[in-house]
Amino acid sequence: MSDTSPTATPERAAQLPAQSPPVDPAETAAASEKTTHGGATAGRLSWWSGDSGEGAKRNLGLIGVLLVLIAIGALTRSDLYSNPDWVWDNVLSILKLASVVGVVTVGMTFVIIGGGIDLSVGAIVALAGVWCTTLATQSYGAGGMIFSALTVGLAVGLVNGLLISYGRLVPFIATLAMLVAARGLAAEISDKQTQVSDNQFINGIASNSLLGIPLLVYILAAVVAAGWVLLNRTTFGRRTVAVGGNPEAARLAGINVKRHSVLLYALSGLCCGIAAIMLTAQATSAQAAMANLYELDAIAAAIIGGTLLSGGRGTIIGSLLGVIIFSTITNLFAINGLSTEAQNMVKGGIIVAAVLVQQVQFRSLTQFLGRNRLTT
Amino acid sequence: MSEQSEETVVTDAPLVEAPADAVAGEVVLRLTDVVKTFPGVRALDGVQLEVRAGEVHCLLGQNGAGKSTLIKVLAGVHRPDSGQVEWRGEPATFANPQAAMRAGIATIYQELDLVEDLSVAENAFLGHEPRRFGFVRRGYMARRTRQILGRLGHAEIPPNRMVRTLPAAGKQVVSMARALSHEARLIIMDEPSAVLAHDEVGNLFRIIRELTAQGIAVIYISHRLEEIREIGDRVTVLKDGRTTAANLPARDTPTRDLVSRMTGRTIEYVFPDRPADTGPGAELLTVEGLTRSGEFADVSLSVRAGEIVGIAGLVGSGRSELLETIYGARRAEAGSVRMAGRALRPGSVGAAVRAGMGMAPEERKSQALLLGEPIYRNVTLATFGRYARAGFTDAGRERAEADRIAESLELRPRDVRRPVRTLSGGNQQKVVVGRWLLGDTKLLLLDEPTRGVDVGARAELYQVIRALAARGVGVLLVSSEVPEVLGLADRVLVMREGRVVREAPAGELDENTVLDLVMAGSLMEGAPA
Repeated sequence: MSDTSPTATPERAAQLPAQSPPVDPAETAAASEKTTHGGATAGRLSWWSGDSGEGAKRNLGLIGVLLVLIAIGALTRSDLYSNPDWVWDNVLSILKLASVVGVVTVGMTFVIIGGGIDLSVGAIVALAGVWCTTLATQSYGAGGMIFSALTVGLAVGLVNGLLISYGRLVPFIATLAMLVAARGLAAEISDKQTQVSDNQFINGIASNSLLGIPLLVYILAAVVAAGWVLLNRTTFGRRTVAVGGNPEAARLAGINVKRHSVLLYALSGLCCGIAAIMLTAQATSAQAAMANLYELDAIAAAIIGGTLLSGGRGTIIGSLLGVIIFSTITNLFAINGLSTEAQNMVKGGIIVAAVLVQQVQFRSLTQFLGRNRLTT
Repeated sequence: MSEQSEETVVTDAPLVEAPADAVAGEVVLRLTDVVKTFPGVRALDGVQLEVRAGEVHCLLGQNGAGKSTLIKVLAGVHRPDSGQVEWRGEPATFANPQAAMRAGIATIYQELDLVEDLSVAENAFLGHEPRRFGFVRRGYMARRTRQILGRLGHAEIPPNRMVRTLPAAGKQVVSMARALSHEARLIIMDEPSAVLAHDEVGNLFRIIRELTAQGIAVIYISHRLEEIREIGDRVTVLKDGRTTAANLPARDTPTRDLVSRMTGRTIEYVFPDRPADTGPGAELLTVEGLTRSGEFADVSLSVRAGEIVGIAGLVGSGRSELLETIYGARRAEAGSVRMAGRALRPGSVGAAVRAGMGMAPEERKSQALLLGEPIYRNVTLATFGRYARAGFTDAGRERAEADRIAESLELRPRDVRRPVRTLSGGNQQKVVVGRWLLGDTKLLLLDEPTRGVDVGARAELYQVIRALAARGVGVLLVSSEVPEVLGLADRVLVMREGRVVREAPAGELDENTVLDLVMAGSLMEGAPA
């Protein structure tokens, strides 16, 4: 502790910084070099997760879990894993499996970091899916279908946000009500029927590949990349962390907390709209019961990924890894011919284990790093 | 546990020991060479402490000197890496806070750890409710609580009252009732007077005297030297995690000695000189007839560019509420707030910030900081949008700006990537004030800027505030400490019961006059409903 250097002399304090002088890039570079002392680890890993070294360490843990799961797969089905072509195909099918929930989880991650929760995501996907596959919508072609799915998702998310921010409903309650209502509306619109999509472009999103990789995986990658940039490199992301971390501090710093919360739920709704198109393409149809329990998958993936349920902390990469871990488990059970029931039990266990492991690993890792720093 | 002998302890200042017979009671607590390290920080680096039954033992030290860590070691939150803790004659280690409580050590933290929505009695017996067949004996618990409250001289607090509805002083009494419900032999009080208004401190001292008369030892932590003189028996001074002076007589040790032991300096905090009258600047803030029922009524005031205006008043006089209303964090029921002549939209912090206002709120941790986020992100919390291009943040620029602020405020530690959580109170306050040194803040609202801030950091903050004013920034300052308002402000407003009762240049007022004004008439108890 070096807390006792002498008091600022009047001359010293009088040299307060002039207000916002132009900063030349060289000076900035020098300054950031200066600050790397003691923060070298964070600096080196920062491309992972913005400036949060903690998040990067957490993500390394998740990759470890993923490797263990793959190792189990390779051990139990060594016959399949000995064929490189099959392994590549299997990786693609895991990613394809992760794509729809992955897109929903990106939106969910923003909502949770911002201090909220969105239970209505599955219902929004269903409503947007049903809306874009009505005969009337389909008559406008692929463009009309995509536009309507995105608009419906965005609009429902906006309603969520407005109810929560300006109607002062608790997020849990508001989105629970929306879950029920949106599924009801979807059933009403579809008359409880399965609506088949005849649009070849839409259906092609799920069946086509580019350079050997399914289009769905590209969409997931694009949404994740956009989400990462949005969270780590934009003012929107910074506001999200501030609003979730300490809403009162954010408000007193001049951030419009209510408006930002509305935008977060709208963003989540938009992600659901994208997911609705992807899911409709996969099934070449939509119905009111589609995307069932996606809210739980998305929340679980975000939490496994290190997002703090109380807000203020989380990473997009972590959430993506969470989703991929889940789809890898599903895949592991499928290739071993095991039942879905057993799979769900294991998933529950994994949620608990992942969080426990992260806590322990993270704590010991920081202690280890701290001790190292002291002795060197 | 190390068996190190005392000779191996190296301190940079000679250890001063007063005669041991200064206090008669038996030694209940003795710490020898206690060391506690955290990753990157040696928080305690050889602490000696001796506390006797029935004494008020004061602990002095700057922020970051290790007082908080020491308290946590005693309370069983942390375990020392080495050194000896002797409790009532026997070596002791407390595995957890419950163990320390059972052993008879109770801690009253600065931020009271009460459950707001439980009753007084439930809080007093939280975690060790009297039970029969698994059911809480509510009647017995209420009777015991009433007894304890009576012992504390506060029989008027009903045991079934919700803690939320009590004023700060009442909550503190409940914390002490909890300590007594454990039959505590040692009560540690971490800046108990910080949340109290002037007249309530006297009441606190009366309670402390009653406790010590019953043979209970008290460790009293405060930044206010005059309190230590009044209530303390002996003083131990910490600096950089070490004991630099032990068992000094609280009443007779010269202030100069105490301060120099604490800081390595020989002066107490001084207020910067007011600049020679440069003539009034342009009127910056104009408040007219501002009213919120139950909080304050018909307040009019103005702040000119380069002027420091101080508001003196008790907790509950409406001063913090007034500040928050001017800032738009609360919506006024009547009246107007204008910046440079332009009316501000009521109830909009965004509008106030855009007009050039900035505020350092009363509660640093809960109202101002993102504790887990790095220092630089806290410094730029109100300005990161300005450095952004097309919505993309510029982390390098933000760090550079924050670095500049850290440099000019002498922030310690200087590394702006560290989480704000790891800073001491004074340095956290610098982060909050530093936030508004960026951007084009024209008016700074400061609510208790030096609460929980040590002497050294205080002087630094005063310099910063004065330098800001010299640069043409208007400052509206609220403080419970009358000397601070008088020493720093150019003009002073005295508030009582939600009204401004006096306005005068600081030179025309003295401490006694202001105290009389502040406390005249009927006293308000805590915050109005």
